[in-house]
Amino acid sequence: MKINSVKIISLLFFVISAFYLYTAYQIQVFAFDEGAPFNAKTFPIYLGYAGMFFSGLKIVLPDNKPIKVDPTYLEFKKTILLVFTMIVYGATILKVGFFLSTSLFLVFSYYFLGERRWKYILIFSFPFVAIFMYLLHGILAVYLRDPLLKYIGIMG
Amino acid sequence: MIEGILIGLNTALSFQNLMMVMIGCFAGTIIGMLPGLGPMTAIALMIPITYGFDPATGLILMAGVYYGAVFGGSTSSILINAPGVPGTVATSFDGYPMAQQGKAGKALAIAAYSSFAGGTISAIFLLIAAPSLSKVSLSFRSPDYFGLMILGLTAVAAFSSKGNFLKAMMMCVLGLMLASVGQDTLSDIPRFTFNNMNLSDGISFVLVVMATFAMSEALTIIIKGNDPSKAAKQISLTDLGSIKVNKEETKQMAVTIPRSSILGFIVGVLPGAGATIASFLAYGMERNFVKSDEKEKFGKGSVQGLSAPETANNAACSGSFVPLLTLGIPGSGTTAVMLGALLGFGIQPGPRLYETNPEIFWSVIMSMYIGMVVLLILNLPLIPYIARVLAVPRTFLIPMILFFSVTGIYLMSFNNFDIFLMIGIAVVATILRLYDFPMPPLILAFVLGGLMEENLRRSLLISDGSWSFLWDRPLTLCIMIVILVIVSWQIYNSFFKKKL
Repeated sequence: MKINSVKIISLLFFVISAFYLYTAYQIQVFAFDEGAPFNAKTFPIYLGYAGMFFSGLKIVLPDNKPIKVDPTYLEFKKTILLVFTMIVYGATILKVGFFLSTSLFLVFSYYFLGERRWKYILIFSFPFVAIFMYLLHGILAVYLRDPLLKYIGIMG
Repeated sequence: MIEGILIGLNTALSFQNLMMVMIGCFAGTIIGMLPGLGPMTAIALMIPITYGFDPATGLILMAGVYYGAVFGGSTSSILINAPGVPGTVATSFDGYPMAQQGKAGKALAIAAYSSFAGGTISAIFLLIAAPSLSKVSLSFRSPDYFGLMILGLTAVAAFSSKGNFLKAMMMCVLGLMLASVGQDTLSDIPRFTFNNMNLSDGISFVLVVMATFAMSEALTIIIKGNDPSKAAKQISLTDLGSIKVNKEETKQMAVTIPRSSILGFIVGVLPGAGATIASFLAYGMERNFVKSDEKEKFGKGSVQGLSAPETANNAACSGSFVPLLTLGIPGSGTTAVMLGALLGFGIQPGPRLYETNPEIFWSVIMSMYIGMVVLLILNLPLIPYIARVLAVPRTFLIPMILFFSVTGIYLMSFNNFDIFLMIGIAVVATILRLYDFPMPPLILAFVLGGLMEENLRRSLLISDGSWSFLWDRPLTLCIMIVILVIVSWQIYNSFFKKKL
């Protein structure tokens, strides 16, 4: 049996399914429900076994069409930077507010992806977000939490 | 039925809904045109917006986006040989060679007319089939529904996974596992929440669909280094040539369209089959039907070779609404997303929808037809301008998609946890995509998870814990036999054809 990335993913899935199954057995059901034909843990238990069954088959059966992903052609650096930017965006959106965090997220994302035309970067960040906010908050009356704009008196 | 059609027309033709169809078709065309982004992404991006509307308007917008995205996918297939969705791969076989011959405008027009005709014919079929099937499906019981859901998942796994049946089944299980997070619907017992209050209500459908489609597709484009704008630069997007179709070509289309529509609609109704299979089958069927001299032209810019898959994929789109509207069971990933959105509106599609919410039932059907008309009138003359979207660099495109995804979740929950969870699921989905793990089965399973558990619960309680409910009723037995045939076929493939 040849080990490849799909087998490793399948093995991980097998482990996750086993953990899911273990957790499913730990679900506390009401005493009167314990012996019932169906209770809160019945379906998850079946799912746990199904996950182990399918991933187990994938591990054991030969992979006749292995997927070849050449890591040298993958742009890990850009992807990781973008994911990191999203995490920072997610962490700041509530505290800093929608306008500033979103505008900065867009600026950094454009830059990390290789954009260097600052004119376009600036147009498609701050003014774009302002228009978007006006459409949502001003016209569609969708609430947007923005402590910063509230503090400086732009938003009510 | 006439009364229903009038109700539907009345709702669909209101100013607001008409605007929604137009916006939906336009937005769908632009999103669907971008390689890698298909109807599911387009609809997913629209869901947070639709929650501000009434259900009929929201659904009408999504139906417009769906048809627009399918049309947009054909455009990128024809112009840059980069199908936006699998359903338009067959379109590129003859559409792209036509564009290379300087007949891009004509190819787009043939695609638009065929899509319109296919969509119109199948919308008529839908008008006839849906109410009749709704009445029949009233006799369905929990075991039948449970069987149908298993059938839907198995069929989607079998047909949408390009020979990766086991991977697709793993994705189904993963979707069901994600759906099981949160309080049990009947007993309110928390499951898999790990004492985290944010998980007690379960994982939001919008979060999962945004993460597995919009966000992970954007990340996949980045990690693979695909740049749609590079491909777009290879041909002129400003001079697409004439969009006029001559008499000879119209005659050829007139022969192809009816048979491809019928085939497309039937395939669309089948769970799991959908537009991709319909378009390939129609292409193959057409090749067998035409004369030998025309057969030679297939793959080199044949009118019938382009018309057949385009007709069939649009007909299949309408067909895929039949199980959704009549049984409440989606037959494809896209209709699964729509089911999730409907449930978000508090509407349970199914046989009763026809009676309880006729305005929704009929307005969706009628808006499909209006969507086709809008696509033809609005998009065809505008296509030379819309096509320039293909030249938008990914440096701007990808951050915008990510921004809309994060904003969609932020507006729904105002919660950091949901954003982090979405990013986490998106990263995992991106890795899975790299190794050809299909996402539609995951979404379908996630949407069906709650309904499946509910129907299994009822079935087991009625049969006092015995699994005999799977073969007690003839209908359930038939469904189980079909499931067994599909699974056996896949196992046969794995051992004898070595495709697994």
